[in-house]
Amino acid sequence: MSAATDSDEIENTSGRPPKAVVGSHREEEEVFGAAYDPRIVRRIWSYVRPYRMQVAISVVAVLVFTLTQLAIPLLIRYAIDNGMATNGSNRSTLTWVIAGFAVTILINYAASYVQETTVGAVAENLLFDLRRAMFSHLQRVSLSFMDKTEVGRLMSRLQGDVNSMQEFLETSVMSVGDIVLLFGIVGVLLFLDLRLGLLTLSTMPILFIVRLFWLPPAKVAFMGAHETNSTANGALAEGINGVRTVQSLDRQRVNFDLYDDKAHTNLRAHLRAAKFAQVMVPIVDTLTGIAMATVIVVGGSMVLGQALDVGVMVAFLFYIQRFFDPIRSLTMQYSVMQRAMASGQRISEVLDVPVDVVDGPNAIALSRDMDGSVEFKNVTFGYRKNQPVLKNISFKVKPGETVALVGPTGSGKTSAMALVHRFYDVWEGQVLVGGHDVRELTQDSLGDQVAMVLQDSFLFTGSVIENIRYHKTQATREDVVAAAKAVGAHDFIMRLPDGYDSKLEQRGGNLSSGQRQLISFARALVADAKILVLDEATANIDSYTEMLIQKALVTLLQGRTGLVIAHRLATIRGADRIIVLQNGEMVESGNHDQLMAKKGLYARLYNMNYSSFDDIPDELVAGAAPIGKAT
Amino acid sequence: MSSEKAESAKGRATSFAKISGRRSSPAKTSLEHAADAQWGRGLSTFVRISRLTLRHPWQVAITIVSTFIAATLQLFIPRLLGRAVDQAHGVVSGGSGGAAAQNALWVTAITLLVVSILRGLFTMSQNYYGESVGHRTGYELRLAFYEKIQRLSFSFHDKVHTGDLITLGMLDLEGVRMFFSTGLVRVVLLSVLVGVGAYLLISTDLVLGLLSLSFVPFVAWRSSVTNISLRLTWNTLQERLSVLSRVMEENLGGIRVVRAFAAQEHELSKFDHSSAEALELAHKRVNIRVSNTSAMNFSFLAAMCLVLWVGGNKVIDGEISVGTLASFLTFMTILQMPVRQLGLMVNSFARASSCGTRLFELLDLELPIKDAPDAKDLVVTDGTLRFDNVSFTYEGAGHPTLSGVSFEARRGETVGIVGPPGSGKSTLVHLLPRFYDVDGGSITIDGQDISKATLQSLRRAVGLVQQDSFLFTTSIENNIAYGNPWAREQRIERAAESAQLHNYIAGLPAGYGTIVGERGVSLSGGQRQRLSIARSLVLKPAVMIFDDSTAAIDAGTEQRIRSAMKRFAKDRVNLVISHRLSSLMHADQILFVEDGRIVERGTHEELLAMGGRYRALYDLQVRPGDEPLQTAEAS
Repeated sequence: MSAATDSDEIENTSGRPPKAVVGSHREEEEVFGAAYDPRIVRRIWSYVRPYRMQVAISVVAVLVFTLTQLAIPLLIRYAIDNGMATNGSNRSTLTWVIAGFAVTILINYAASYVQETTVGAVAENLLFDLRRAMFSHLQRVSLSFMDKTEVGRLMSRLQGDVNSMQEFLETSVMSVGDIVLLFGIVGVLLFLDLRLGLLTLSTMPILFIVRLFWLPPAKVAFMGAHETNSTANGALAEGINGVRTVQSLDRQRVNFDLYDDKAHTNLRAHLRAAKFAQVMVPIVDTLTGIAMATVIVVGGSMVLGQALDVGVMVAFLFYIQRFFDPIRSLTMQYSVMQRAMASGQRISEVLDVPVDVVDGPNAIALSRDMDGSVEFKNVTFGYRKNQPVLKNISFKVKPGETVALVGPTGSGKTSAMALVHRFYDVWEGQVLVGGHDVRELTQDSLGDQVAMVLQDSFLFTGSVIENIRYHKTQATREDVVAAAKAVGAHDFIMRLPDGYDSKLEQRGGNLSSGQRQLISFARALVADAKILVLDEATANIDSYTEMLIQKALVTLLQGRTGLVIAHRLATIRGADRIIVLQNGEMVESGNHDQLMAKKGLYARLYNMNYSSFDDIPDELVAGAAPIGKAT
Repeated sequence: MSSEKAESAKGRATSFAKISGRRSSPAKTSLEHAADAQWGRGLSTFVRISRLTLRHPWQVAITIVSTFIAATLQLFIPRLLGRAVDQAHGVVSGGSGGAAAQNALWVTAITLLVVSILRGLFTMSQNYYGESVGHRTGYELRLAFYEKIQRLSFSFHDKVHTGDLITLGMLDLEGVRMFFSTGLVRVVLLSVLVGVGAYLLISTDLVLGLLSLSFVPFVAWRSSVTNISLRLTWNTLQERLSVLSRVMEENLGGIRVVRAFAAQEHELSKFDHSSAEALELAHKRVNIRVSNTSAMNFSFLAAMCLVLWVGGNKVIDGEISVGTLASFLTFMTILQMPVRQLGLMVNSFARASSCGTRLFELLDLELPIKDAPDAKDLVVTDGTLRFDNVSFTYEGAGHPTLSGVSFEARRGETVGIVGPPGSGKSTLVHLLPRFYDVDGGSITIDGQDISKATLQSLRRAVGLVQQDSFLFTTSIENNIAYGNPWAREQRIERAAESAQLHNYIAGLPAGYGTIVGERGVSLSGGQRQRLSIARSLVLKPAVMIFDDSTAAIDAGTEQRIRSAMKRFAKDRVNLVISHRLSSLMHADQILFVEDGRIVERGTHEELLAMGGRYRALYDLQVRPGDEPLQTAEAS
């Protein structure tokens, strides 16, 4: 390590710094899928099925609605031609048409109300149903899936993707109406006058073609606006979250310039998207103008020549005004469908994650009166094929005994603990709790008898009491207080503004890490299980809290079988027995004095003077004598 | 894009809510409701937003003029249509048929086509420039917001939830930005359409004109009421949805705890509870929205029915022509859409008012910590740091966090600071870079009061390694160079070496280019702290502070870091806060802080001999557990 050039480095600090960015590029997920994928549609349909009556009703309603919409210009036409004809005018005909009109709009009102309420409600229900299906499935899927999947990713399934399914359902029903409206208008125009109809309708394909060419680049522009938006927002969020670091390292000026770049890119992308969106307006208006002009010239001449009723001409003008709406929404619907397919694909993927660990058909409930022993019999286990993490491990923990598992990182301690709780199933051998193979027990009863304290004490939003009680909702306030007192958490809890009812911020952010641990200890105590599996936290805590934790540990283990992944020397020394794991194999076992006398791996690691075996660098562990040659 | 959306479907209000909802997982706080309640204060907000938009006078002018022209042209269309019908029907041309009538039809048709094209072009210009003004205003506001947030002092950030700030900078800013195109421009459009339109209609035929407009007040009222009520329920819905997403997020994040306690049922019932609450409101909103859409549609059609009836009779009586009736009817169709969108306009006003009030409140905040008017750059000569009778109280706190703190340290010296949790150790060092300003006494570096120095020069002179410092989502290299992004590769590597992080980084597939942070490789607590130490080593501060920054690093590694840093330490003042006495035993001076006061001071040996609090802490840490270690070594 040479310090020679440290002071004479001359750095040019003008211009954009080479090693600075704000925000990060978020990998956007595939937004558009194939427009139609029967497999996904079938899959999602099973969630729509319970509402098929409502869907049918809303489809019927939308048809009725569309038909009444179609009828209105026809009624006007009839009123003009038959009710107001200058020769032999007939007021009663007009009155009848008006009555018909009134009935039509009443039906229209009813149909629109029924359609929108039904489809709106069904779409909301579908959203919540899909979300619940995924959420409850995630409660059962294998932990190895959860281990390798980011929470953020799952959250976007549970939020964004279900939303696009909802949007899809809502708009599909409307699309049915749009299709009927489109064909209806075409049909009526041709029926009213074939020649004029054909002439007028000839503008329609033009719009179709224009939109076909317009859509792909427009979509890119819209996506660009969306993406640059989230990039700029990401940079903003980062600036807010990291503001203390930004200020202490005096990065404000640099960051401002970088943020300006992003914000400006975003501005340009938005303006581009706006151009694409707006360019359609004059095109549609021009085509409408052409169609109306056609009706005026051709239709008008026909009326002049008595070849066409004037009412028909008026009806044509009315239809033209509605003409392009269905085309516009149908082309939009295409994007909605693509988006929904992509989302549906992702939702199906979550729903299809296999559930590896399930209760056997003859699973029995683990009784409270079991002895509390834990035994590993020739257990081999791993996460990836041919890469066992535990190799043929056997040991037995007697009821009430405390066993410390020690070993360097990657030795398999955490995996062994997870097996006691049957988070995963073993490859070979057996894990026995209270004399029963865990695979023959119901998972719930096993969970009731095996409490776990994890290294990272996870707290939920809610009050202190809710966190200590957690799922034991029948536990009384006294139980909770007693548990908190037993682990020495009572004092600091009482110092919180509302005592046990104080709200914890997200993940218990308003507590120190030591205090969070004490609360998770209390939670395990309330769970009152025969067996306690504990993964000791490694973080260095101030000496005062540390003392409390050590005492609490003793209380917690009293009268229970304890399996502890130990890091602190005091904990290791306090155990009845120490099991040393290395590379998935059990290399030593015995109490501290026995192991020290043996001068094996444990003694060597111990003498390296690290506060935790996990900290020992790999090269030193490797150097701590190969196992076979130790004696 | 917005006009495309607005026109394409009814009930866009909810999907907008969803889009924004997706972005804002943090709940809207009571802040929002409080601000909603005071629309009265909105006027000054509107004035201010309008002033902001006027920073683009040409674009604003083009938008407004285009809106006028487009709306006026649109009013021509029903008239032209009516005239065409009459021409065809032989009313105008006197029923002669023939070439004159034919020509008249051609003239009308071509006029109509030209009007349509022009209307389209002006609408495009109206929409495009309207959006453009909005986006440009948004861009300026974003920059102002970002700048403000970065400069506001720690005491502000302590009080305000980061989630609220993010909401403010994204959603509220959006509400202000959109005000021009969805609020102001619509006012112009509606005034022209309804105002001029009403004049034209009524002057043509009073009764028929009034009937044609009869749906306008009803629809306007319904649409406004509905939009306001949707807006209010939207806030509540967002709150409920954010509770729901919190339940899901915590469940998934804490899935091991859930499984460990076999609490899946409990979690599902929590989920169902929050879900049902949100769903209930979602249904309610569907009903509000839908009953409104159908009612508006119905009132419009009913008015049309009346016009047809009364108008029909007038045609029979020969009072008006069929063409006039047709122009009344088409006029109604044209008026329908903008009137229905009146609610959106009202909503835009309400939103701009509450969002703008909140946003401007933040932008107007005085920076409590900034350069004094006569501030000079700090000049470091001897590198002597002095605390002179410093006291400090947090805003709103009842009692002082620090009082009467005095000490002095010279270049090359190390001061250890120790004391129970909450005694004020971190606060003490946070005063040095002026994250907070002292309430009494002074802090000087080489005799210059830090409150008289420019912030930039001060913060460059003071390096702080925090216990939990923020990792930015970028490469390790960029993270280490965060305080000096011009740093060269060798320098970054050397810093990493000294912080005992180089070997780990070199072992990563992408080495120094590995992305870390929120969406990158996650580092352990110890690695993060080491990275944070490396960060400070890229700088050359006169005062270096380690705020419990080795808590998650094991003793052995810490030892190596300390010896690697010796060569840096001699050039500056070092302040070390630690719980672990071995980290500060060798300090030139150790301060024991309790309740904001220095209660013991001296070297390690002196303090041990004193037999006070330091001694007690020492005894606590040298546990009986360590004894066998020594015997083992001895044997």
